[in-house]
Amino acid sequence: MMGGMWQGGSGRGKSGVAGATLALAAVLMAAAPSAVAASPAPARAMPHAQPAHAPQFVVRDAAAPQTITVAGGPTTATDPTPVRLDVDIYRPHQSGPAPVVVLAHGFGGSKLSVADQARTLADAGFIAIAYSARGFGRSTGSISMDSPQFEVADVRRIIDTVATLSGVQLDAPGDPRVAVVGASYGGALALLAAGYDHRIDAVAADITYNDLQQALFPQQVQGSTKLGVFKKLWTASLFTAGSTTIPGQASVCGRFAPQWCALYQQAVHTGSVDAQGLALLRASSPASVTNRITAPTLLMAGQADSLFPLSQADATAREIAAAHPRTPLKVVWHSGGHDGGISEQQRLNQLVTDWCNEYLRHVGHVSNDFEATLVTGPLLGRSSGTKTTIERASRYPGIAGEQAVRVALQAPAQQVVAPAGGIPAAISALPGLGSAASLLARPVPGQFAAFPSAPLTAPLAIVGSSRVRVTISSPQPVSDVVLFASLRLVTPAGIETLPEGLVAPIRLANIGPTPTTVTVDLPAIYSTAEPGDVLRVEFATTDFAYRAPERPALYTIALADPSVSVATASLQPLTASTPAWWWTAGAAGVVLLLLLLLAVRRPRRHQGDVREDLRDVPVAVEGLVKEFAHGLRAVDGISYRIPRGEVIGLLGPNGAGKTTTMRMVLGLILPTAGDVFVFGTRVTPGDPVLARVGALVEGPGFLPHLTGRQNLDLYWQACGRSDTDPNLEEILAIANLGTAIDRTVRTYSQGMRQRLGVAQAMLGMPDLLVLDEPTNGLDPQQIREMRDVVQRYAATGRTVIVSSHLLSEVEQTCSHVVVMHRGRLVVQGDTATLLAGRTHMHLEDFFMDVIGDDLAIGTT
Amino acid sequence: MTQRTQHPLPFRTELIRQVRRRRTLVAFLLMLALPLFVVLAIKFGPASGSSSSTGSVNLIDLSTKGAWNFVLVMLFFGSGFLLTTVTALFFGDTVAGEASWSTLRYLLSAPVPRRRLLWVKLRVAALLSLAAVAALTLISFAIGWVAFGGASLVSPVGGTFTTGAALGRVLVVAGYISCSLLVAAGLAFFVSVRTDVPLGAVGSAVIIVIVLQILDAITALGDLRNWLPGHYSQAWTDALSPSIDWSNMARGSAYAVVLFAVFVTIGVLAFDRKDITS
Repeated sequence: MMGGMWQGGSGRGKSGVAGATLALAAVLMAAAPSAVAASPAPARAMPHAQPAHAPQFVVRDAAAPQTITVAGGPTTATDPTPVRLDVDIYRPHQSGPAPVVVLAHGFGGSKLSVADQARTLADAGFIAIAYSARGFGRSTGSISMDSPQFEVADVRRIIDTVATLSGVQLDAPGDPRVAVVGASYGGALALLAAGYDHRIDAVAADITYNDLQQALFPQQVQGSTKLGVFKKLWTASLFTAGSTTIPGQASVCGRFAPQWCALYQQAVHTGSVDAQGLALLRASSPASVTNRITAPTLLMAGQADSLFPLSQADATAREIAAAHPRTPLKVVWHSGGHDGGISEQQRLNQLVTDWCNEYLRHVGHVSNDFEATLVTGPLLGRSSGTKTTIERASRYPGIAGEQAVRVALQAPAQQVVAPAGGIPAAISALPGLGSAASLLARPVPGQFAAFPSAPLTAPLAIVGSSRVRVTISSPQPVSDVVLFASLRLVTPAGIETLPEGLVAPIRLANIGPTPTTVTVDLPAIYSTAEPGDVLRVEFATTDFAYRAPERPALYTIALADPSVSVATASLQPLTASTPAWWWTAGAAGVVLLLLLLLAVRRPRRHQGDVREDLRDVPVAVEGLVKEFAHGLRAVDGISYRIPRGEVIGLLGPNGAGKTTTMRMVLGLILPTAGDVFVFGTRVTPGDPVLARVGALVEGPGFLPHLTGRQNLDLYWQACGRSDTDPNLEEILAIANLGTAIDRTVRTYSQGMRQRLGVAQAMLGMPDLLVLDEPTNGLDPQQIREMRDVVQRYAATGRTVIVSSHLLSEVEQTCSHVVVMHRGRLVVQGDTATLLAGRTHMHLEDFFMDVIGDDLAIGTT
Repeated sequence: MTQRTQHPLPFRTELIRQVRRRRTLVAFLLMLALPLFVVLAIKFGPASGSSSSTGSVNLIDLSTKGAWNFVLVMLFFGSGFLLTTVTALFFGDTVAGEASWSTLRYLLSAPVPRRRLLWVKLRVAALLSLAAVAALTLISFAIGWVAFGGASLVSPVGGTFTTGAALGRVLVVAGYISCSLLVAAGLAFFVSVRTDVPLGAVGSAVIIVIVLQILDAITALGDLRNWLPGHYSQAWTDALSPSIDWSNMARGSAYAVVLFAVFVTIGVLAFDRKDITS
């Protein structure tokens, strides 16, 4: 960021003013003792803290600048005493002679406003000089608006001083390698200095003026020399920024030089200035010296700028190119400006650094292409969807554009009223508020004439200042006529925009009943219109930001030529930072890597883990341990083998580890240690060998929204054993659900679900059936039936494991029993031998009887 | 005689299991309800009468220009919350839903290999989510046609499109929206693998997406917001410019795809070794 008040955003504007106030208070206090202490030798520096060794410099940290005082130009036309300028020097880290960049701040700012940019330049290897202009910050003197006699002379004195510093690269004695860089007020100073001082080797000027008269009294009637319409709001804002005073010492003129103060008061009072004032404006305008500028010049202009619009930079560019066509010149239309817009400060600062690198050090190359930022508005009511695209053209087209495209306008003559005193006034742009003003923007009915086009049939890029020819007449003679022309865009959805809130003021003298024909230059913009959009040229009689005549009037406005001549140029997008395909390719790469990771981390299949000796053993468990995350050892080193063709009971109280063991058999839980073999195959999750196992574990699970039959059907499909017969009829007979099989499962009782669950486990008649508490929720009759089903199933040579905590059930159903307790295997053997005479015991008593007291304690 | 499993859990089977659910029906009814309610509100609600000549776009005004515009505005409305929720529902239910029904253990011991289960479930959830976007688009178009006629697509940025171009643009928009839904999808899937509560998975995904949207609205976060997954969720508006600017959409979809892939990968790796205790 290059300065204060005069360079854009409302927020920045405020901080600039605040900064100026503080700096001013400081200077008034600091300067009190030796008010106008003149420096004896004009070309010598006055160190602040070490008066003995002036000017002596050490290489220091760029972050901590050295502050010195430099004697500037004379105080006034009559007082030759030099003013004291407050200067900071930012040194690069590297030693050896370095080129110098002088930074001029914006209006209302001080040397501190450019401190960040100075540090950046010092980091880039330049000696950066930031100073407070006279009348600002701690510098003495009064504001003379970049006058050649005063402010420009100050720059020359600074360059004189710089030439004496150590470590400065010199082109000749007294001629340092130097660039002057500034924005707004500072930008004009840079251009003026380059016109007056040929020691300057490069210039960069942002959002600044070419001609103060045209900037503050714009006149957009082509060929007219008549003073234009006073830009009262902006001028007042600037004057206020320069007239801050300390409380109790109010002054009408603030720190302005008397002749500038008088000029301002005259303009506000009359809306005009006299010849002497015009001469003053002229002398402070770069336009007076542009034909002498030969230093490579970087001109940046803000599109969101109703103070110094694009036409100002355009005039400077045209004048420099006309006088010295070989002068390297680059024009940039960025999306910022005094009205705010979208700041591109980082990009612009980089551009300035690059410019200085090329023309001060011959390092790198900056193309002299014209660059313009296209802003496309937010969509669908989004607050933050504004997008900027930087585009370029190898040749600067100028605001007249590369070519003009005629767009026909519908043209009935219209009458408009100019109200007395110019109120109520239409609002277009407001100082500091910028594009936010467009929210308030509303033309006043009866005060404007509108000339819309037909919907466009092709897209149209508006690059520069379009033109329109109109005739204006009035039934009564009017001596002072002020109108505001604008070019608006209306989308098919009915949304109207006034690009950047810019209007073109025109001022005419002596309009009467005979129509006067004029050509009007509409505001220079960069915007695009799409097919279906309508262009609308409007002439309004009022604008809040400008001074309007006091007397009311009535005008008839008609098109002299029923078309608008639209300035256009073809621009190409600057190479996008990251092309779209990069993201796509990047994403594809990441996805590929992740797929690779998945492939590498694929669970091992243990294909070779087949134990031939166990091929006929339905389940073999060896040293099985399962310890859960919270430290519970649910299964604690179990080994057993289940014989084939039998019904085996897994007996134990709740919490004995029966279910956990079964889940490990089914590959649902991974063992902490040990192995489970099913028909000789070591079980892994989803192992194909599990197709030989049917299971009911911890209650059945069905899709509640489907019927029993659909559930069985889909489960069988999910098993993927289409080559096997599911024995559905037999299974349905076992489930014995009758017609309920075609009702949704959510209507089933617990017993029905249980039977359906057993049936599901039997689908396809697996070689091993694992049933966890199969009689849960069944009535005695159904329990008997279930017992028969299980025994008949085993009679076919298949194996059934039934877990239960009921002794009697195991005794009646199973031929073999495995007893578990607290994760351990207690005993296993024939049911007949093991349970003989104990069938009517409670489980606790059984445990005590079989294994003794020590193990049974704590059993529930 | 080992019975080899050829294709455990075929895609069609899983599709039937999901499509027959009431939840699926409700999700698609919502796709019908949104455009229907908007049309009813426009036709019979209190007249808005706001035809502002300046300022931002009035979405409702825009939607009444014709069927094409109505589709776009419905997609805009739907993409914020409705489609996100429905997608999170489809993806959040994948594993957690089965766990809550106790069917997960039976599928896995059927046996359906774990990765096979996830692969099929993901495909079904993706198909249903895509179908939801398609349904919203088609239903909106039909309702918009009946209510507002078939006038050509008018872009809010300017320009009108021929029917062919409009079709292309709407496809791009619907496609991009589907792609950006992958963020919610990935999140919901990941949580679904970790929990047995399907609503928890859906809810946490939706909440995270909403929090991301809120963060994205905090302008004070500046450029940091460019790294929020939801930042590009509305980049599809770029497809309404006369020449499509792909850069933001490319970035947004790349981001969504990568996030989805990351969430799915860690989800799958976690599921590989998960103890199924449900």
